[in-house]
Amino acid sequence: MTTKIYVPCDAASLSMGAEAVADAIRESGADVAVTRTGTRGLLWLEPLLEIEISGRRVGFGPVTPDDVPGILTRGEAHPLCLGPVEDIPYLKSQQRLTFQRCGVIDPVSLDDYKAHGGLKGLTHAVAMAPQAIVEEVTESGLRGRGGAGFPTGIKWNTVLKAKAPQKYIVCNADEGDSGTFADRILMEGDPFLLIEGMAIAGRAVGATRGYIYLRSEYPHAFRTLSRAIETARAAGVLGDDVLGSGVAFDMEVRLGAGAYICGEETSLLESLEGRRGQVRFKPPLPAVEGLFNKPTVINNVLSLAAVPTILAEGAAYYRDFGTGRSRGTLPIQLGGNVKRGGLIERAFGLSLREIVEDYGGGTLTGQPVHAVQVGGPLGAYWPTALFDTPLDYEAFAARGGMVGHGGVVVFDDTVDMAQQARFAFEFCAIESCGKCTPCRIGSTRGAETMDRVIAGDGEAVNLVRDLCGVMQDGSLCALGGLTHMPVLSALDNFPDHFPNQFPGAARDAAE
Amino acid sequence: MKPQAPRFDAFDADACREIAQDLANHEGPLLPILHALQDRFGYIDQAALPVIADVLNLSRAEVHGVVTFYHDFRSRPPGRHVVKICRAEACQALGAQKLFDEVAAASAENGAVTVEAVYCLGNCALSPAALIDGDLHGRLDTTRTLDLVAGR
Ligand SMILES: Cc1cc2nc3c(=O)[nH]c(=O)nc-3n(C[C@H](O)[C@H](O)[C@H](O)COP(=O)(O)O)c2cc1C
Ligand code: SF4
Ligand code: FES
Repeated sequence: MTTKIYVPCDAASLSMGAEAVADAIRESGADVAVTRTGTRGLLWLEPLLEIEISGRRVGFGPVTPDDVPGILTRGEAHPLCLGPVEDIPYLKSQQRLTFQRCGVIDPVSLDDYKAHGGLKGLTHAVAMAPQAIVEEVTESGLRGRGGAGFPTGIKWNTVLKAKAPQKYIVCNADEGDSGTFADRILMEGDPFLLIEGMAIAGRAVGATRGYIYLRSEYPHAFRTLSRAIETARAAGVLGDDVLGSGVAFDMEVRLGAGAYICGEETSLLESLEGRRGQVRFKPPLPAVEGLFNKPTVINNVLSLAAVPTILAEGAAYYRDFGTGRSRGTLPIQLGGNVKRGGLIERAFGLSLREIVEDYGGGTLTGQPVHAVQVGGPLGAYWPTALFDTPLDYEAFAARGGMVGHGGVVVFDDTVDMAQQARFAFEFCAIESCGKCTPCRIGSTRGAETMDRVIAGDGEAVNLVRDLCGVMQDGSLCALGGLTHMPVLSALDNFPDHFPNQFPGAARDAAE
Repeated sequence: MKPQAPRFDAFDADACREIAQDLANHEGPLLPILHALQDRFGYIDQAALPVIADVLNLSRAEVHGVVTFYHDFRSRPPGRHVVKICRAEACQALGAQKLFDEVAAASAENGAVTVEAVYCLGNCALSPAALIDGDLHGRLDTTRTLDLVAGR
């Protein structure tokens, strides 16, 4: 009997040699049928091979090509056997809504997608009035997953109300935050979900054209998305008559060009229009005057990908996950110096300790965990003393941090926090769009001043603090406006790393 | 099958005009045109600017402004191999700065290898990461990176 084998083909598993593993299976001559999937997000196990045994998908990993013949002959007796993949605690403990199909299905097979519940949300949506779709999304409590946490339904309502001959849906797939990869995993593992979410958004607000603005650092995602869009178009999911509804919606993928600032929504729109990615003044909001000055919904990949579930299962189903004003699930991305890095989709409210210790298993190097940075390059550095903080928008904001796109980056005790603070300024200087002086000049001055601090000039710490204040107050967008977060959190939470600063400086500022 | 290293065509103004004209009637065509040119020639030649400006009815300065704004677009031809090493935080946590410095130093004399810094490749659970001629690699160290480049 032909054995079913699943081998991932997303960029992360390919980066660890998944293609060579697939080749070894083919060359083994065994009677097997190989399906390429996305990743399950158990990234430390990649390449993670799955073999269907007695109706269950049994995992093996991390697999090298040399392991393949042994695995094929010995099966579950092989030392790399992990048992049924869905019973691995890391995965079993998750609440996978958005990522339920990732790693399970062939990402570019629309039949697979439908067989696993795909298109149910869009099928509901095309039979609903646009206002009713917007209300469903509002009711779900969904907040934007791109970083700012703005309620998605409210944004959509503004675009729905706007009168214009053309409206747009723009998906922000710039995923520039270091330590984040959930958008990528989704786009490479279940691209139809994003397409479905965008088509629902189009139906909801009366937009007929969509763009996915994808960072150029993701060539694999570009290929997967392009294939999926073609397939969706050929099947009538996209085009002039979406699912036979008589309503049109179509989309294309556009590549960014290596500018972090183009993740900021107005800079992204400038870039899509073919200009320098400089941030626009707001108002007008993109919802009123967005792409080519037309009303535009701009949402993160994960915001749009949450929508099909909401439309398929109802707003209440989604809202029942989560805590307080953070509803639904948050895909957490665990990376850096960590033993078990990967994707963890859970209802909001997990503590940093559970993430880093229980899921992550501590550092890869085996040294003690010293710090984590949460929320990308503009996010705060957290000491282990604050690891009981639950990951939700309000709890993080209350302690001077942000959840952002949900990236958690682990550092061991060899980290030099003064260097990390310096890098925050350096990154801001490299990526500044140049529109405002505090960001453009301040970031360069900040890096220079941090060099003085590192060289032992304690007085310079106060200059750094002043500079942070100037950048925070005088910057048009969050790149300049939030650079103080990594810098000051490093200073305040890790005073031992700044031995020469004036006695009490950190404590005075924290009080 | 061994992936083919990218080889770029020598810049040619006629081919450049053709590429620009092919894409000109897209909405917001400038970035797609620049990407197509860089895919073909490996960089954006100065001589491409007036051609694009003419096709899109822009000023040369506007095109220049866009080309220089984006880190992706090179002004000079790259080597035969392009290594984009992640310098962002998750990779820093596992020695990315050292990796970058060492690979850059080892390749400095080698015109066939261009080393560039990037900030996150979405492979942060398998750091340090790099794109080598468009293929993503994880858990890199200096030796392995140099071996991978040499093996292409
Ligand atoms: C400097 C900067 C970078 C950003 N990068 C991204 C990004 O890579 N992806 C993203 O979805 N949002 C990013 N954002 C947030 C967007 O401006 C915007 O809030 C988001 O796309 C809205 O979508 P959402 O409501 O679905 O989150 C960034 C913002 C700033 C200020
Ligand atoms: S803060 Fe920086 S990136 Fe943001 S608009 Fe000002 S100059 Fe541009
Ligand atoms: S930080 Fe290096 S791949 Fe994300």
